[in-house]
Amino acid sequence: MGFDNAYEAITEGTDDARWAFGTGFEDPLAGIDTTLPDGVDAAELATYCLGLGDDALIMSHRLQQWCTNLPELEEEVAIANIALDLLGQARLLLSRAAATSPGPGEDHLAFFRAEHEFRNVRLTEVENGDFGELIARLLVFSTWRLALFARLTEAADPVLVAIAAKGVKELTYHRDYAAQWAVRLGGGTAYSRERLAAGLDAVWPYVGELFVSGDAGGVAVDPATVREEFDGVLTQVLKAATIPVPEVPARPGVGGRYGRDGVHTEAMGYVLAELQSVARAHPDGVW
Amino acid sequence: MTAMATTTPAPTVDRISPAADAARRVAQTVTDPELPMLSLADLGVLRDVWVDDGRVVVVITPTYTGCPAMDTMRDDLVYTLRAAGYHDVEVRTTLHPPWSTDWISAEGKRKLAEYGIAPPGPAPSAVTGPVPLVLTPTVRRVDCPVCGSADTVELSRFSATACKALRRCRTCQEPFEHVKEI
Ligand SMILES: [Zn+2]
Repeated sequence: MGFDNAYEAITEGTDDARWAFGTGFEDPLAGIDTTLPDGVDAAELATYCLGLGDDALIMSHRLQQWCTNLPELEEEVAIANIALDLLGQARLLLSRAAATSPGPGEDHLAFFRAEHEFRNVRLTEVENGDFGELIARLLVFSTWRLALFARLTEAADPVLVAIAAKGVKELTYHRDYAAQWAVRLGGGTAYSRERLAAGLDAVWPYVGELFVSGDAGGVAVDPATVREEFDGVLTQVLKAATIPVPEVPARPGVGGRYGRDGVHTEAMGYVLAELQSVARAHPDGVW
Repeated sequence: MTAMATTTPAPTVDRISPAADAARRVAQTVTDPELPMLSLADLGVLRDVWVDDGRVVVVITPTYTGCPAMDTMRDDLVYTLRAAGYHDVEVRTTLHPPWSTDWISAEGKRKLAEYGIAPPGPAPSAVTGPVPLVLTPTVRRVDCPVCGSADTVELSRFSATACKALRRCRTCQEPFEHVKEI
């Protein structure tokens, strides 16, 4: 008793109080029962959660790069909020992956893995474009992710179910935000139409790989099953925006391998350099 | 009440004795770091308190998954309970069922309005299957917390914290925040 501040109160008796990265950054799954249910393969669940977690982490990073560069204060706040929601989803999913298999924890997964160990889809990592490209990418990403998360609420792992149920509420806001901007840009000036169409053309090569079943499809929702809902929503939005559905060929993977297999574009190394450099320069950093 | 995602309590768990009540009352005094006029209990974030063999266990749930205030809430709970003489405190998190603005108490909603933040209306009912797309700004009645006018518009669905939207009153012209329904 008699602590001067909350920091002192919680660090009393422990000698590894670290903040930001390191053990003091609290486990977001602290106190949650992470026991695996019967019949769920630990390695498959870890792979599945890692993919969804990496998508959120890298997409969040790309959105964070927009901060101070957006056209209006309202958009600054919106994109920062969306980035924060995705970062929260990333922490939970990486923690779930970490709790599932013996190996490094959440922070280590984010800061100390090499490029080929990241499992995010390539859509999340490619270079940021202009505002039209941002809206196109966010529309595609959140439509796909929301469709997936809405089905994950029936997955076998109760922790993944709980993460998805929270995520659905957040992603609904993200998708509506992007869809409403798409309609506004499409129905705006000739220039705003052109920018949205160019943005859609830029992200479209990365759409196909979102629906590749992958190694861990059996443990939870197979992404191939959400293609129809994705196409339906995109058709509805683009019709309202009076923009044709892009006809751009998919960017091939390498020997049929894509982001989920650890095969990334040249943009990924730069994202990781920015994301990881401080943690790697000060692996025992304390602040 | 939130047993699903939390560890199943041992048979020694005590929620009803005067000692458990006293610990709960202390936990209920802890306020939200970002909405300091509300207690965590008012906000519906404080889900459960029990005593187990001398240890006080507190269960909280995040409003949004990225809520950066969770660590602070945990620290504040431990600090406040320790200051009240409870040395063995454990704060657990539950994610399920997900937090809803319907859990904000009537008292909490009143305090929000008093503070100049429009309280949430009823949350949308949960859907099963595909989530319907909304292509037009949501029109809902939100009264201005400054002058009481119902003539207000949404400026942005996102605001200074994840749980709020930004609106403007067309009668008194003041901008204000609104805790958005989830
Ligand atoms: Zn007013």
